[in-house]
Amino acid sequence: MNKTKVDDINTAWFDFVDADNFEFKMTAGIDENIVREISKQKNEPQWVLDLRLKALQIYEKLPMPTWGPDLSELNMNEISTYVRPRAKKQTSWDDVPENIKQTFDKLGIPKAEREYLAGVGAQYDSEVVYHSIKDELIKKGVIYTDFDSAIREYPDLVKKYFSKCTPLSEHKFIALHYAVFSGGSFVYVPKGVKLDQPLQSYFRLNSPESGQFEHTLIIVEEGASLHFIEGCSAPKYSKINLHAGCVELFVMDGATLRYSTIENWAKNMMNLNTKKAIVGKDANMIWVSGSFGSHISMLYPMSILSGENARTEYTGISFAGATQNLDTGFKVVHAAPHTKSIVSAKSISKNGGISTYRGLVRIMPNAAHSSCSVSCDGLMLDDISRSDTIPVNDVGTADVQFSHEAKVGKISEKAIFYLMSRGLTREDAVALIVRGFANPISKELPMEYAVEMNRLINLELVGGIG
Amino acid sequence: MKTLLEVKNLHATADEKTILHGLNLSICPGETHVIMGPNGAGKSTLANVILGNPSYLKTKGTIKFDGQDITNLQTDEIARKGIFMSFQSPEEIPGISVMNFVKTIKQKVTGKSVYLGDLKKELDKNVKNLNMNSELVSRDLNVGFSGGEKKKNEILQMLELNPKLVILDETDSGLDVDAIKTVSKGIAMYKNASNAVLIITHSTKILKKLNVDYVHVLVNGKIVHTGNGTLAKEIEENGYDKYIKKGK
Repeated sequence: MNKTKVDDINTAWFDFVDADNFEFKMTAGIDENIVREISKQKNEPQWVLDLRLKALQIYEKLPMPTWGPDLSELNMNEISTYVRPRAKKQTSWDDVPENIKQTFDKLGIPKAEREYLAGVGAQYDSEVVYHSIKDELIKKGVIYTDFDSAIREYPDLVKKYFSKCTPLSEHKFIALHYAVFSGGSFVYVPKGVKLDQPLQSYFRLNSPESGQFEHTLIIVEEGASLHFIEGCSAPKYSKINLHAGCVELFVMDGATLRYSTIENWAKNMMNLNTKKAIVGKDANMIWVSGSFGSHISMLYPMSILSGENARTEYTGISFAGATQNLDTGFKVVHAAPHTKSIVSAKSISKNGGISTYRGLVRIMPNAAHSSCSVSCDGLMLDDISRSDTIPVNDVGTADVQFSHEAKVGKISEKAIFYLMSRGLTREDAVALIVRGFANPISKELPMEYAVEMNRLINLELVGGIG
Repeated sequence: MKTLLEVKNLHATADEKTILHGLNLSICPGETHVIMGPNGAGKSTLANVILGNPSYLKTKGTIKFDGQDITNLQTDEIARKGIFMSFQSPEEIPGISVMNFVKTIKQKVTGKSVYLGDLKKELDKNVKNLNMNSELVSRDLNVGFSGGEKKKNEILQMLELNPKLVILDETDSGLDVDAIKTVSKGIAMYKNASNAVLIITHSTKILKKLNVDYVHVLVNGKIVHTGNGTLAKEIEENGYDKYIKKGK
């Protein structure tokens, strides 16, 4: 398979807009009445409502973060925090309403499920409309369901882990998330069970002036392994939409979790997302992340290496075009001896886009014999774009191998000339260089998603101003 | 005979410094031309300007190729018309293999589909002829290649694209004797009665196996003297001194 071929360009791909398919849309804004109403609409147990109300109090107390991109365009009074689609959760695509099914057909989800996935979840606005898992995995004790069902059907598991990785008070938007969360996926992989095909959850935000607050909780028990794929997209509207999801990952001793994400938000999206993993002894947590689209993104996946010999890898790329400010990075805490982290972050910026790598490395005093290597690479396609690197390193022990390398530069005119001298147009030459730059990330993705990412890169490259 | 390349009164600048001062050159199909000259005379500039490198500004004069004015065309348009330049320092491009790159550019230049199976056979043959390591075609374009491997890879692309005119910009510099022989063999394989070669060089080693029709001496942005193949030998022995005086 030739991963670098130039695909046909179809700029309309992600931008199709369905009619607003909601059955219920919450009044815009955020207050106690709204939080209570969401809980009532979802008919959930008291402990969940209590948690929501506590989160709301924290949200109201915490200040807006001022250390990153300017969030002043976000007006919570204009955001509807809960939109229930006109559809119930189904386990067969045939039962999903035609117009919603068409959306996921266009995104290729049912086809992917038939061909190479072990299970699929599909969320539309605030609720999951489809969830299924192969029978053989159910027999092995694997749980893969939407988060609301998990609260009802596996209350003990949910209570044990929910909000334990990412506490309510961590930052303002995680507090907001817990106050109004809805949808998301719950995965439990029992001890020693290794899934050889990925599970995938797809989140589609369709309704204008609304927010999506899905909660994904994954527990991979001792010696088990899982590849989880998350996809996100939304059509473009003129007003701001908000995504403040949360991902909590528990990777138990000796377990492996690979978490791959391709996010492709419309350029009116504020993407203030939180993802975190706790990684046990001899366990391995691998993040692969492609961030496309959004007006502003603040996204810093985090691994806490809590057990001896825990490992984590992060491979990420972001692409910021006109009007975009993508502030992304990886955070790692080495909290046990002999832990290892490898971070490779790339960013591309063009047409005045701003890409920032904001990373954290914390090596605790007890993390002797650990190693950490961070490399950041920023590619600017013109003179008006920006690429910055803001690393914070806190190394608490001398007995550690730590390296940090950052390279930021403009695309090479010499390389463009070289490729053009072989007959390629300037656009083709730039695309070839950019895809080559992104290739280390493509290589980490399953083939279908690598193709998808190349297509997104092509779309970003041809996309003009705005 | 019909002229393939016709450069007339060419003036060009880089960073506001004039490098070419009214250069004239005409090349017919079937011919092999050599340009020699001291460092800084404008040899590489000429190659880059013919290919429309945007780092150089053409301030006066015209370039015609195959009967068409190409003075103001973009580099890729010039390349698709059939001019190929072998670079002094070929760029490293990660993320695309030599084979896929050749497939891409061949399709672009010929406008026809290229089948990987056919291409692979062809590449295998040419790789052998150029004494290249056969693994190189599956490696990323020029990434981590030695100087010699990069230059041979240029010749490989030249053979695959089969252009009408080839400009070799110091392809022999930095190569050992064996590699120069191989490159020279590659040029001989390419050369026929309907195409042409322009070799920019400092030494005569690369010329041994080739029938050189003209040698031009480039000094201070102008061709100050033109002779036949024997001129190269004479310059190698006596240097440029007498021509430098002429160029002032």
